[in-house]
Amino acid sequence: MADIKVAAYICKGCGLGERLDADALVKIAQKDGKVPLAKSHDFLCNADGVAMIKNDIANEGVTHIMIGACSRRAKTEAFFFPENAVARANLREGVIWIRPDTDEARETTQEMAEDYIRMGCAEVKAMTAPAGNAVTGSSKTLLVVGGGVTGMTTAIEASKTGYPVVLVEKSGALGGWAAKLYKRVPVHEPYKSPADTGVGELISQVLGDSNIKVYLNATVAKTDGAPGRFIVDIATESGATHTEDIGAIVQASGFDLYDMNKLPELGGGKSANVVDQAGLEALAVAAAAGDGVIRRPSDNQPVKSVVFVQCAGQRDPSGTHLAYCSGYCCNTSIKQAMYFKDANPSVDTTIIYTDLRTPGNGEDFYRSAQEKGVIFTKGKVAEVVPGGNTSTVKFHDLILDDKDAAMLDVDLVVLATGQVPNSGINIDAPAATAEEGVVEVKPISILNLTYRQGKDVPQLKQGFTDSHFICFPYETRRTGIYTAGPVRRPMDIAQAREDATGAALKSIQALENAELGRAAHPRSGDLSFPKVRLEGCTQCKRCTVECPFGAIDEDEKRFPVFNESRCRRCGTCMGACPVRVISFENYSVNTVGAQIKAVDIPDEFSEKPRILILACENDAYPALDMAGMGRNEYSAFVRIIPIRCLGSVNTIWITDALNAGYDGVMLMGCKSGDEYQCHFVKGSELGRVRMSKIDDTLKTLNLESERVRDLEVAITDIERVPEMINKYAAELVAVGPSPFKGF
Amino acid sequence: MAKHEYAFYPGCSSQKGASASNYLTSVESMCKTLDVKLTEIPDWNCCGASIGYAEAGELPRHVMNARNFALSEKNLPGQEIVATCAACWLGARETRERLTHSDTLMADTREALKEAGLTINEMPNIRHMVEVLIEDLGFDEMKKHVVRPLEGVKIAGYVGCQTNRPFGVDGESFENPQYLDRMVEMVGAESIPEYEQKVTCCGGALAFSEPEKAQAQIKDIVESAYDHGAEMIVTPCPLCQANVEIYQGQINKTYGTKFNIPVMYYSQLMVVAYGGSAKDAALNGQMIKARRLEEIAAKPVKR
Amino acid sequence: MSANTALAEKYRNNFLKEIEEQVEMGDWVKMCMQCGVCSGSCPTNFQSAWEHPPQELFMMIRAGKRDEVLTSTSMWNCTSCYNCIVRCPRKLPITHIMHGIAEYAHRIGLAPKMQATRFFSGLFWKNATKTGRVNELKLSMGLYFKNGFGSGVKEGMKMKDVAIGLVLAKRLNPLELFGGHKCKDQKGIQAMLKKAYEIERSRKAAKMAG
Repeated sequence: MADIKVAAYICKGCGLGERLDADALVKIAQKDGKVPLAKSHDFLCNADGVAMIKNDIANEGVTHIMIGACSRRAKTEAFFFPENAVARANLREGVIWIRPDTDEARETTQEMAEDYIRMGCAEVKAMTAPAGNAVTGSSKTLLVVGGGVTGMTTAIEASKTGYPVVLVEKSGALGGWAAKLYKRVPVHEPYKSPADTGVGELISQVLGDSNIKVYLNATVAKTDGAPGRFIVDIATESGATHTEDIGAIVQASGFDLYDMNKLPELGGGKSANVVDQAGLEALAVAAAAGDGVIRRPSDNQPVKSVVFVQCAGQRDPSGTHLAYCSGYCCNTSIKQAMYFKDANPSVDTTIIYTDLRTPGNGEDFYRSAQEKGVIFTKGKVAEVVPGGNTSTVKFHDLILDDKDAAMLDVDLVVLATGQVPNSGINIDAPAATAEEGVVEVKPISILNLTYRQGKDVPQLKQGFTDSHFICFPYETRRTGIYTAGPVRRPMDIAQAREDATGAALKSIQALENAELGRAAHPRSGDLSFPKVRLEGCTQCKRCTVECPFGAIDEDEKRFPVFNESRCRRCGTCMGACPVRVISFENYSVNTVGAQIKAVDIPDEFSEKPRILILACENDAYPALDMAGMGRNEYSAFVRIIPIRCLGSVNTIWITDALNAGYDGVMLMGCKSGDEYQCHFVKGSELGRVRMSKIDDTLKTLNLESERVRDLEVAITDIERVPEMINKYAAELVAVGPSPFKGF
Repeated sequence: MAKHEYAFYPGCSSQKGASASNYLTSVESMCKTLDVKLTEIPDWNCCGASIGYAEAGELPRHVMNARNFALSEKNLPGQEIVATCAACWLGARETRERLTHSDTLMADTREALKEAGLTINEMPNIRHMVEVLIEDLGFDEMKKHVVRPLEGVKIAGYVGCQTNRPFGVDGESFENPQYLDRMVEMVGAESIPEYEQKVTCCGGALAFSEPEKAQAQIKDIVESAYDHGAEMIVTPCPLCQANVEIYQGQINKTYGTKFNIPVMYYSQLMVVAYGGSAKDAALNGQMIKARRLEEIAAKPVKR
Repeated sequence: MSANTALAEKYRNNFLKEIEEQVEMGDWVKMCMQCGVCSGSCPTNFQSAWEHPPQELFMMIRAGKRDEVLTSTSMWNCTSCYNCIVRCPRKLPITHIMHGIAEYAHRIGLAPKMQATRFFSGLFWKNATKTGRVNELKLSMGLYFKNGFGSGVKEGMKMKDVAIGLVLAKRLNPLELFGGHKCKDQKGIQAMLKKAYEIERSRKAAKMAG
């Protein structure tokens, strides 16, 4: 390792100079932090302060910088030294702002600050400045899988931004479902009548764009590599395979309608006069090509009465059919009822619904249908009984509470069956057990990824692809691969187009970051990446299995292969590694471990317990900072270390802390599970699984289970976090001091 | 010439010996003080009220109101029509809105009016007396004439339905109109803005046909006034006044209550505050006597 | 109509069309979105007076329940308070539709015969239009005596205290029984109303004929 020279800088601005003894802190940095250069400054983030640091770098040979000032989340532009390792001791938000300005509090407040200086010095010494990932690719081409509205919109938007596009469509024509529609739900004033689909225009834009290469009757046979350097094999109908260099991928593989044959009680598959919404579109298209009259399929007679059954096979609590609402079907049925009413107002059109959901301007569309005489009946359809050329629709009228309500002699019944995502293979599903009656897993992969974790992007619920539904839509758990449109969640054309635009921009961002060797969201721009000492690796595979983003493959000798461009830098691999051979240049078992060990632990008679808090940098740490900004006070006995994710917590930190005499450890991470809020999707979940086994460790140390506390903290818990800290501190007093103090 | 002149549509209940004759008496005194001149529309007829719906149909109802418009136009050209009764005002205004918005209805109305030798050329504005007071005169003008403030009297402002919905007075909220409370304060009395039954229906014509249903609602209206410490209730509507006042005895029998709260018109409060006598304010027209007001009306005026 | 035809008519638009053509403001019925705010805003519905609150009546019309709607006592419980009108998010003139359905049921003779408000409504209109102005005494007497003389005396006695109070306050004049207030041009009023009825009837008949 090259020689390092560490410098510590203590800021006296923002009240730090008044509340803390800065000279003492400088001495601590010199004595305990053992730094050769330590200074204080009245206003470190101003031009003079920054110039002082820069001068030390240039003329004093400073390589490592410890800044004792505000939170690492503040003044990031002033304290930007990309060539150097930098650590920050949070004296402002983390010390003076969360402590009362009183004489009796002064001592413990100063102790807190001193510890943070010790921790900062220890941390920075364990760091090196990140050099960036060298294994990058520079392809700027976007692969779009799917030629429907979403795919075409993505292609057009990306092309307009200047990026070449390869578009792969499995069928022989562009347009997808939308091309099969007679008309679409209106998206412009006055929202009163069905509108042209606009698909023709999209298709001609795509075909007329020399920047977009279209493969029809084609599928993705293989996707290899990483963002910026994907190598994609495209199989065409002729049997030929074309290989393309790709920078990022948008999967717009769309949906299928829920199969109405699974709804025999609603007449699905039992009569030609019971159709799904696509079936009705086909009838309307045929009518438009002829005399404009929609005819019933069984005998080609004009339809005089039509009933639309909403939520057919949807919102089913029993688990037999779809559990969810597809969101668009109410507006679609309203549109389809207008096909009849606009052509002939005397056709009886009834929409039987339980809850009509027409958000936004759909409300105007709904009202327009009422004006046109479409009848809306709130009811639950129990049975559709086809007979001859007409059907009987039996339903429970929910307004009149008539369980035996029925409509006789209905010419045509339309079932609103909703969307099922076309998301490929569920890689998390247990190996297919061909049980009868079980909804079969779609066997065909969309992307055919060569990733160790599976051929397609992971799914969240009901087959929809996992995307960070709270904060980062489109982000899948495969870096540089974005899903957009109904494969992500049920949606209509308008929403799909918005989705497509968003995904196009995200994928462009991803391929640009990849070329520069930087991380994508949420550590956007981060140059650090995991390094592994393969000589110490035991090939346990935990890192390859646990990586939430499938970034780690295995070589033929079963050693992990890190694809840095796929990595999001969460550190879950580092937390998982039992032999601790995985680290980042600026975040490692050592950088955190050194901080834990640097804290001064008072003896058991001092009545000054020490509590270690490992706080997630995405939610818990900002919440703590904001608690400080709001001057919410909390215990002076805590020492907080930000971590990239709960998933990066290595259990050695906990054991070290307890051995060192800390009285308790608090882990603050994001909500996990189906309703996760973790920025790394699975990080907090994996971290918690690991921590659930901490009780065994506590038992071997003969310690109480209260010594470790795992807490869910959201970024909004600004007032709750201080309360949680104070409550835990009080609880620990009851448990008594750690028996490990003073060893 | 008076400051403000209007064509006046008193309505059936305001006639001599009818249920709201005290309203008319007090309005006349009030207008004298305020220099408002009301000229009765000659040979005016009933508005049909809401309750006439079973027989009235649509056109005959509007024709009845249109006859008053025609008479007003003929005899008092250019003057706005002012009604004191909520139902008269609402009925006339509804007719005005409908005729304005339907050419067919307007043509049919003209055809029927022809039978009575009348016609309409211009659609008149239809105003309620309260609108005139608030919008044309204003609270400052009204307050100027107060010479005997009703100090210490706590009054529940019962707005009721038909001056409030569907048209309302002075753009006020339907759920919590404030104007009556402001009028109570204007005469120097204490208002009860939190009176939660201020827009509850008194039962309207159901007080006649289905008294038990109407009286159940009247009970709530009176009870709430008592709960808020009101000494009297004030209202701008003749049917509200009558229903809330005259059935208190029957309600007491049915529910075992001891209601005996006077129900006044805003005009009666104003007349007393303006220095008028009990007779000017027609206090003798109360079935439940407003003793407190009578005492104040007997006091000399501070000039 | 046979039972089967009646069943076939259910949930078809025929009765709705009839209401649209014959009932004042009837073409608004289809615009109801079944939120129920009207039912929750109706003062007499809170006393469970309405067998079918407005929202339900609208649904019944769409469901083709002609007899149940037109023979219902429900809409006769309307006090004309207009609360439903001002609260309806779809701006349906519900008060007027209720009056309109009642009027239609009354017109074609399906309304419940001795429904008190139906009776009073007719009585009021006749009383008001006979002379052009309402005679309050005759109106009250007419209501009390609707079920014959004996019951009339009984009903009247119930209201005795109210009547005496009003007479003492000079707000009820016993002499109104003999004459009372009236318009001068009664002849003109009668001719005008006769014409109005004629026009209205012919318009409704034309709509019925399509």
